[in-house]
Amino acid sequence: MEKRVVFRSAWLPYALLAPQLVITAVFFVWPASQALYQSVLLEDAFGLKSQFVWADNFTALFRNSDYVSSFGRTAVFSILVAGLAMGIALLLAVMADHVIRGATTYKTFLIWPYAVAPAVAGALWVFMFNPRIGIVAYAMHSFGYDWNHQIKGEDAFALITVAAVWKQISYNFVFFLAGLQAIPKSLLEAAAIDGAGPGKRFRSIVLPLISPTSFFLLVVNIVYAFFDTFGIVHATTSGGPAKATEILVYKVFNDGFIGLDLGSSAAQSVILMTIVILLTVVQFKYIERKVAY
Amino acid sequence: MATVALENVGKVYPGGVEAVKGVTLDIPDGSFTVLLGPSGCGKSTLLRMIAGLETITTGTCRIADRIVNDVEPADRDIAMVFQNYALYPHMSVYDNMAYGLRNRRTPKDEIDRRVKDAARILAIGDYLDRKPRALSGGQRQRVALGRAIVRDPKVFLFDEPLSNLDAKLRVATRIELRKLHERLGTTSIYVTHDQVEAMTLGDRVVVMREGTVQQVGPPLELYNKPANTFVAGFIGSPPMNFADVSFTERDGRLVAEADSIQIVVPEPMRRRIGRSTGRTATLGIRPENLRIATPDADRSNAITGVVQVVEHLGAESLVAVDAGGHLLIAKADPTVAFASNETVRLTPDPEALHFFDSTSGAAL
Amino acid sequence: MVERRPWLTLLAHVTLAIGVLMVAFPIWVTFVASTHRPEDIMTAPIPLWPGTQLLANYSELLFSGLKNPSAGGVPLWRMMANSLVMALIIAIGKIVLSFMAAFAIVYFRFPFRMAAFWLIFMTLMLPVEVRIVPTFKVVADLGMLNSYAGLTVPLLASATATFLFRQFFLTVPDELAEAARMDGAGPLRFMKDILLPLSTTNIAALFVIMFTFGWNQYLWPLLMTTDRQYMTVVMGIQRMINVADTDPQWPMVMAAVILAMLPPVAIVVVLQKWFVKGLVETEK
Repeated sequence: MEKRVVFRSAWLPYALLAPQLVITAVFFVWPASQALYQSVLLEDAFGLKSQFVWADNFTALFRNSDYVSSFGRTAVFSILVAGLAMGIALLLAVMADHVIRGATTYKTFLIWPYAVAPAVAGALWVFMFNPRIGIVAYAMHSFGYDWNHQIKGEDAFALITVAAVWKQISYNFVFFLAGLQAIPKSLLEAAAIDGAGPGKRFRSIVLPLISPTSFFLLVVNIVYAFFDTFGIVHATTSGGPAKATEILVYKVFNDGFIGLDLGSSAAQSVILMTIVILLTVVQFKYIERKVAY
Repeated sequence: MATVALENVGKVYPGGVEAVKGVTLDIPDGSFTVLLGPSGCGKSTLLRMIAGLETITTGTCRIADRIVNDVEPADRDIAMVFQNYALYPHMSVYDNMAYGLRNRRTPKDEIDRRVKDAARILAIGDYLDRKPRALSGGQRQRVALGRAIVRDPKVFLFDEPLSNLDAKLRVATRIELRKLHERLGTTSIYVTHDQVEAMTLGDRVVVMREGTVQQVGPPLELYNKPANTFVAGFIGSPPMNFADVSFTERDGRLVAEADSIQIVVPEPMRRRIGRSTGRTATLGIRPENLRIATPDADRSNAITGVVQVVEHLGAESLVAVDAGGHLLIAKADPTVAFASNETVRLTPDPEALHFFDSTSGAAL
Repeated sequence: MVERRPWLTLLAHVTLAIGVLMVAFPIWVTFVASTHRPEDIMTAPIPLWPGTQLLANYSELLFSGLKNPSAGGVPLWRMMANSLVMALIIAIGKIVLSFMAAFAIVYFRFPFRMAAFWLIFMTLMLPVEVRIVPTFKVVADLGMLNSYAGLTVPLLASATATFLFRQFFLTVPDELAEAARMDGAGPLRFMKDILLPLSTTNIAALFVIMFTFGWNQYLWPLLMTTDRQYMTVVMGIQRMINVADTDPQWPMVMAAVILAMLPPVAIVVVLQKWFVKGLVETEK
């Protein structure tokens, strides 16, 4: 879709674009190319000499069991977060779409965690799960489970998952509700006249019609779990205990700023960028398909 | 007030599409000229080139004897009424009309006077504080007109301004536009695809097709003497009937023939056709020039056919007749009943016969 | 609703109530904890009803700050002010820059137009977390550490906002720009007089999204600021929790949590209508 040409000026469009483009070039494109460049270099510990090493940094990464397990952990984490946050949000959205009275009130109460910073969400839940005083941990103790995310890796993993899911439900809820409300009522009425009950209607009409929304959200949720959860991890577990919560984006930061292993960190950046690009391409394909309707 | 003169004006879009091909056209001062044609014929592009909204690829455009090819729209001293009115949704009616004047640094009291004047002429004085969305379609139309009037331009440009109104309002607005033109006397160029609008509004109609001008003339001239089959078929409702015929000489008379058609060509027409035996042509007869009768013995000057469908419009009936494979429409007296499959005889008004060249379509 | 099924409606209300509870319960616990004395929050079970220290805790936190070494006695109002400055600059800056860029891309034809479009689009693919080390280096080389400029400028480019504006501009009828052109308005005047007022809804929506984005920045200020004068509240909380050797001062931390979420949550809730619209439109 294009506008008919309406304004002509030799310099104005460039002037209007300049600030955005300069920032993009200086703070996005240049650093990204630096990461790409660094990822094929090996630098000595003082950063004085560097040597071109082809893909050595990458092969080293995939031979490193820490990195491979971090990769697997991140995959499990993002599947869990996307699945839970989307499932719960869909359930709530379907219910909110069903009720007539009070839907707006429920919506107001459900959307605000969107505004909570991941790090703050982490702080909230770390308090809830504090082994000694946390109310949830206390409840679990009384049920006989000895919760301690400071020592037990799986507990720490559960903690960041809960915090990440809790924060993301609102976002998914907004989209699902919008998608559900966009379904023409006449379609559901026609199905009801054809004798389809609520469950059947949901499966045969609602689900297919919101599948584009679901697909979009799946990509967004995976990106969220991959990147935006840094704050949650950093503020709650700092990757521990024993790297049990060290997801990829945390590892990039940790290896780059704490470990000062620039080549490895750059290679990790490049891998993450590739993942984002792949996800974006997938999402773009979906947008194209939607346009084709 | 001004004349608009187009000389060999052409428009080629970047993709290579040639929307307007070498149009030469003089629009006299104070005239109401209608550009008429089907969608995609280049009429809107031509108007937009006059407005300065499209660049002119070839040729020159003069407004009041000044070449305006490279003049900004705002500096051409023209005003335009758009199909969707293009009112600024966030501005009041008053501000919509005043905006252009303010940009020209017209003094405040002058703006006020002009807006109030235009509002009085268009009877929209009561809505000046409202936003466009609070107005009906007809009222918005008037505001769009008002925005053009306050500028007191040399030329008014109208781009299908009535097409978003319902049928009844369209007829009423048409009459008002005509009255407005008589009152202001400003040169007006009006684009439409509706031939009724063109016939009723214009004192000159320009029929266009595929980027070229087909015919220019007063409405009745286009109706009575269409230059080619396209103009003939485009003007008039229902459209003119066409049939392919060949000429033969019989008993000293020239006869146009096809399967069930035998029509004696009247003498003045015959002279225009010239040497013609064995030649083919396209015969054109308007539905209103066909008289229906029950068949009789004399088949020498008539069309014989079978009634297919009769449409009763109240004031008249349209009878669709299959004449040897040609479907012809005839206007009939609604009091006379015809049955389907009834065989009838159609007699054309000899004064209203049109013949066109079979290949070029040009009137003979 | 297609037909009446009372039990379904009841189920819906119950499910939603549970959902709301799930979402709100941590906040309640947090709020309650922030109104008690530290010693009340030392042993489980902690109280579930507000205590008496609301004013005392919040005023101490806001005006004197925590006395532990890592949070370093910076009063919370100072961090909140930093967060506010950062969020406002980012939100307004992103909106202004994106508005201008989208206007150029939509309303002009010029060489490298598509190249510019794709360059902006690329930023979508480069979240700051991914390129954090080299970006940090650029900012350090430019001498922008420990400054509001360093905190905000690198985040001012926004593909999302540019797309949203572009999408909206494309729906604005061409005739409006043409009418303005006939009315003697140049591009800048058209932008200011027509396009800007028409975009208010989109701007409001983007403001909510971008303000939240800016306020909630975490990793970036963490790296950009070593000077406590520039500490933002979101990163401040991390410093308050991760104290060496002792327990965090939970009531204070929880009060900071409440204060840190208040501004963005308030904006999201108050501007809910626009926010939801804007969020959903970024999908398109």
